[in-house]
Amino acid sequence: MPGKLKAKIVAGRHLPVMDRASDLTDAFVEVKFGNTTFKTDVYPKSLNPQWNSEWFKFEVDDEDLQDEPLQITVLDHDTYSANDAIGKVYIDIDPLLSSEAATVISGWFPIYDTIHGIRGEINVLVKVDLFNDLNRFRQSSCGVKFFCTTSIPRCYRAALVHGFVEELVVNEDPEYQWIDRIRTPRASNEARQRLISLMSGELQRKIGLKVLEMGGNAVVGYLQCFDLEGESGLVVRAIGTACTLDKLIPGSASNTNTHPNTAPASNACNSPSKEIKEPVFSEDPTHPLSVPPTPLRTLPSSSSPPPFSPSKLCSRQSSSSDTDLSLTPKMGMGSGISVGKEAGPLKTLLRQQAQSALEQREFPFFTLTCFPPGFLVHIGGVVSARSVKLLDRIHNPALGNTRSYKLLDWNSVAADEPETRDAWWEEIRQEIKSHAKALGCHAVVGYSESTTIWYITHTILRPTSISSEEVCILSASGTAAMLNPRFMREGCLDAGGSDQRLSRQPPLGMVGSERAEGEVSSSWLGFDDASPPSCGFCHIPYDEFNMPFPAQLTYCYHCRRQKVPDVLFTTIDLPAEAAVTGKGCLIQARLCRTKKKAQGEVNATAISNLLPFMEYELHTQLMNKLKLRCMNALFGLRIQISVGENMLLGLASATGVYLSALPAPGGIQIAGKTPSDLSYDQHISTMQKRINDTIAMNKELYNIHPPECIEEVVGSPIPDRQRSRLFRSTSESSDELSELDLSHGKKDAFVLEIDDTDAVEDIQSLLTDAPMPAGFYSCNTEVMPGIYNWTSGLQMFTSVRVYRLNNANLTNQGLNKIFTDLCENLLKSLYFKLRSMIPCCLCHLNFTVAVPEEELIQVAVTAVAMSFDKETQLAADKALNKGSGENEEQLQFSMELCGESTSSNNQPTAKPSGLPESAMTHSSSRDRCSTWLELLRLKAHTIRRGSVKTTSSSERCSPLPEVRSRSLRSTRSLPCGAPVTVVKMTPLSFLPRTRIVKYLGIINMFFIRETTSLREEGGVSGFLHSFIAEVFAMVRAHVAALGGNAVVSYSMKECVFMENPNKNQAQCLINVSGDAVIFVRESDQEAIPPLITCGQTSTTGADGTT
Amino acid sequence: MSVELDVFVGNTTIMDEEVYQFWLDGYTVNDAVKVRMEGGVLEECEASAEVLRSDTMDQYRTFQMCERLLHSPAKLANQLLFQIPPHRQAMLIERYYTFDGVFVREVLGKKLSKGTKKDLDDVSAKTGVTLKSCRRQFDNFKRVFKVVEELKGPLVENIRQHFLLSDKLARDYAAIVFFANNRFETGKKKLHYLTFQDFAFCAGQLIIVHCNHSRVLMRPALIGKEFLQDLKELKILITDKDLLDQHKSLVCTALRGKTKAFNEMEANFKNLSRGLVNIAAKLTNTKDVRDFFIDLVEKFIEPCRSDKWTAGDMRLYLTHYTNSAHILDTFKHQVVWDRYMGVIKSCILKMYHD
Repeated sequence: MPGKLKAKIVAGRHLPVMDRASDLTDAFVEVKFGNTTFKTDVYPKSLNPQWNSEWFKFEVDDEDLQDEPLQITVLDHDTYSANDAIGKVYIDIDPLLSSEAATVISGWFPIYDTIHGIRGEINVLVKVDLFNDLNRFRQSSCGVKFFCTTSIPRCYRAALVHGFVEELVVNEDPEYQWIDRIRTPRASNEARQRLISLMSGELQRKIGLKVLEMGGNAVVGYLQCFDLEGESGLVVRAIGTACTLDKLIPGSASNTNTHPNTAPASNACNSPSKEIKEPVFSEDPTHPLSVPPTPLRTLPSSSSPPPFSPSKLCSRQSSSSDTDLSLTPKMGMGSGISVGKEAGPLKTLLRQQAQSALEQREFPFFTLTCFPPGFLVHIGGVVSARSVKLLDRIHNPALGNTRSYKLLDWNSVAADEPETRDAWWEEIRQEIKSHAKALGCHAVVGYSESTTIWYITHTILRPTSISSEEVCILSASGTAAMLNPRFMREGCLDAGGSDQRLSRQPPLGMVGSERAEGEVSSSWLGFDDASPPSCGFCHIPYDEFNMPFPAQLTYCYHCRRQKVPDVLFTTIDLPAEAAVTGKGCLIQARLCRTKKKAQGEVNATAISNLLPFMEYELHTQLMNKLKLRCMNALFGLRIQISVGENMLLGLASATGVYLSALPAPGGIQIAGKTPSDLSYDQHISTMQKRINDTIAMNKELYNIHPPECIEEVVGSPIPDRQRSRLFRSTSESSDELSELDLSHGKKDAFVLEIDDTDAVEDIQSLLTDAPMPAGFYSCNTEVMPGIYNWTSGLQMFTSVRVYRLNNANLTNQGLNKIFTDLCENLLKSLYFKLRSMIPCCLCHLNFTVAVPEEELIQVAVTAVAMSFDKETQLAADKALNKGSGENEEQLQFSMELCGESTSSNNQPTAKPSGLPESAMTHSSSRDRCSTWLELLRLKAHTIRRGSVKTTSSSERCSPLPEVRSRSLRSTRSLPCGAPVTVVKMTPLSFLPRTRIVKYLGIINMFFIRETTSLREEGGVSGFLHSFIAEVFAMVRAHVAALGGNAVVSYSMKECVFMENPNKNQAQCLINVSGDAVIFVRESDQEAIPPLITCGQTSTTGADGTT
Repeated sequence: MSVELDVFVGNTTIMDEEVYQFWLDGYTVNDAVKVRMEGGVLEECEASAEVLRSDTMDQYRTFQMCERLLHSPAKLANQLLFQIPPHRQAMLIERYYTFDGVFVREVLGKKLSKGTKKDLDDVSAKTGVTLKSCRRQFDNFKRVFKVVEELKGPLVENIRQHFLLSDKLARDYAAIVFFANNRFETGKKKLHYLTFQDFAFCAGQLIIVHCNHSRVLMRPALIGKEFLQDLKELKILITDKDLLDQHKSLVCTALRGKTKAFNEMEANFKNLSRGLVNIAAKLTNTKDVRDFFIDLVEKFIEPCRSDKWTAGDMRLYLTHYTNSAHILDTFKHQVVWDRYMGVIKSCILKMYHD
């Protein structure tokens, strides 16, 4: 049952001149929804027509409301010939279908033409009246909210996380239909844009239905992608995490938390009360915590919280490439059930229960990358799977069968029966699931899927058609993890007591204030887990004696109780509560491999054979670079492999950090196999010196001063042969580690043997990474660990570069060098461009590489530069530095802090006695103890002041956002003269120093731009530059029309650029998405300007920041 | 390896004022890069020439895309393509419409036609301003001219509102438009010593008063129809021998002993007075208007200068010359006289320098 869609065309402005004779335009507008079309009157002879039309009313099914976009076409009336189209506006009305999102769409939209770009603007008003529909069998899913944000959105709380939802829709690509041979490029592009809009509407509706079925009301971490498979068709697919979200009432206590990064002490003051829990440690079989409260047990689908025995310890990356479905031998033991000696039968049982909750789901996957505190229990490591497929089609598209594929799984060559895309993905997801199991984990978080498609003849501009043999790599990756099943339990809201707390719990990422932390940690920890949140996630989830892969385990450097791996790779964001030393930085591994030109199956085989090697090398590179920066964990890892005609490109990006809980990384040792030659030795030792110097320099740069082992790592002299041998033997014997003592672990060094050329190359690439210029930091995660005091100055940008390799006969090394230089140069350019924002951090640096043609490499980057306040940063750094001198110190100091703020703790001085003995090993002397305490008090004092400031400022900002949005609305719909609303864009889920008060709906737009006058438009750069600017403009306009002033979690998911300079033609496809929001500044004085006028400027006053 | 495509687009459009100036000045990308390298940006930010080049190209492209909007600056504020903070918008506009003094001096008073535009390469060679920049400036003049031509109301205010310029710049444009419309001769050798600012000031004086319609407004204010006849009437001051003598003696009495140049003043009085009054009479003839400045210099300023009058002498003389006319009983055109002399006096004072 239906709804009524109403649209009103108000006015136009800046229209192009359509009549050369009069230099004017006789414009009118067609408004189309579904099959119904209305027209306005012709407004003669004006470039700024005032139509002021009646309300056009469409009575439609809500199913259509979800699928169809409102299509507005502006035309120039011509008495004698056909009316000329000026351009179109597609408006997605989905945001109007949810009661909590926007209520009206009203504003100026750019009129877009796929050939000419933006041609003027049109002012439109759109409303929807929805009738309540209680039909159980309905096909629509109106009201389900969608978020691109990969965390629980700021003004909601997660009552329940249901789990993975996925769907895909396939259709013919209009670009390859026979009719395309006779229609104009414009018509073809428009058909394509419209089709994709329809398909994504349909996809969203279908996913919404699944969510409703699961009992949820929202999809978080919604990731929608297009696969342009040429003649094989067009696939639109999406994954997400179904949740039940409850809106938080603005101004309520839990909502006034500031972002963790605005609270300077957030890292330092982790887990206020955890020490109390330490003694009641899970080794104790009678531990009360391991017995879940009865209500949990009685529910069939529920499970008890998993107890974490010390026998289950941590991990590293496990990646398996290509189509090898069976587990690698290393992972052979598969099951996550612990058989460790220490784990009693009870624990095993509980563990199984915990898993059962998740195992009931087909895929216990979560597209989230940030989690509510307590959600994430342990992290296993990265799991990934890739599969090479050959796209082949049997039927003629003209026959109109949209699902006619013979999907040839080239690996199992015998596969005769046609599969669907669903089956492909199913296969890959199964693989991921089994990898996770092998790591002793029952869930995968930070999960994402992607495809790389390669066309054999890559020409794009009509009328050429693409050959039918295409190779496609499907990839999926995520982080194996143990989750707290409470969030997934049905009926969680009704269960009293403990669950009440859940409802008070601050939304994700808002745990910055001590109060919130205190609340969370005391309740959570007291309940089910002895692991402090600042390090618990690092503890290994798998069995120490049946490790899925060789890893060195040590006792956690934070709690000293459970085991942690030496290195941790993940695809998620750094948990807000994690204890980190120093700052993080972007780490990239880049790789180029040549491949023979081939077609069809041979090509697929070649690619498939190369993949594992590429993954291995990327991994090694990442590891080396990580060590070079003296860090021990990677977050937000994203590995992308693209295929070209004669090469494969691999790019892995991640943010390296030093997790305080993990052992300090050893240095990098270079060893020669034939150490006879003297000059050779010298060569090695100079290399070694350079590496050691770099490590030392990086430590300074990233402010990494890890607790105890500073002297050993920095001060280690250039090793003589003996020593290097010793090191090597350590690392070689790592497989058989059983009992490592703490000192052993930190001495471990990574040995690079310089004999083979690969190693030389590795070292070269290690050292060629240029350091960032002073004042810059970079990361590819949501936030930079170690930076807390963002100013409101930010600049989102997209940069695209295409390089031509002029020399066709390049070696692997040569290509690697070129590719590395290319990425480095791009970064350098970014630093230069953004120099006015110093000190600043490039966050969410997202690189996408592609090989559009034989000798071309395309790199696209989208990121946000955010400036921070240097003064306060220095102060915070200082405090942290002092604090990180000793682990105990940190704990202590945070406890004292919380004692103050929550008044639930005892005297801080009483604490040291409560500390576990192991924690005291490195600092046993009494007088040292007393000096810390003094230090601590001092520090706690400064930090407390800081945090008080943030809370008070956030309290001040409580005044009603609704009022403001209304006032915004009234100013917005004014005619031409009204100032344009400033719309901020960011790939992050938040805007520093602001509070998101409302989510207005998802933005998901697909544009095609084509030109047949490439030179006249300033060549390829000019063409793409204006197109990207136009895309930004259209996104901003839609957000402003929804009443918003920012887009968060913005991403450019697709940027396919094709050119044919000989024909003076180019075409580009861009797909962007994000969440439209309304934000207010954290302080009242600032709160009003950003909403109403465009007059606000960044507090830094730097050029180009707003 | 070569870069085939290289773009950077920020949500807030990034513009470097320095690069903008290079672009406005018509530097090629290569030249701009060279100058920037010498300027030391490189050391400051550890960038390479390649980086600088890429940045310069990006900015040039951005400016090119913005140029269309700058042609009607009001559009810049409500366009959607570029998100530019208002203060940056103001900077963009102001700089775009800023012109070079040397350049404007060359085209001042010339017809803003295609013909003049064709000769811009000569102007460029002569002034050292790049041809590209000359064209932009010339087009700006033309654009402003075209717009205000159609508008009613005060000239300066119209320009300011329509082009969102600062008051100073709007006044300069008013002067340029005014000169172009009346085709004042400014190129003669004798006028070379005058700067654009001298002319702009005089234009300001000439336009200053009333007038309420475009075409009319573009003429010197003194030529308002009602004054045409009155200006002619001033001739009596030189044609009537008695009046002339009487005037002379009044002025001389007032000046005696107050200046070193008294003798010269006395000797030249009749010539000078004739010169000034003839200029007034000539103004009534539209075609002769264009000689206004050359007449002023030839008939008045040069003689005085050769007699070594100081600026103070000049002020003194003109003050008394104007005031003494009021005492003449047979001279009936006091109002017109005051108005005429008020303008002429301030023009002469501005123009009387080396």
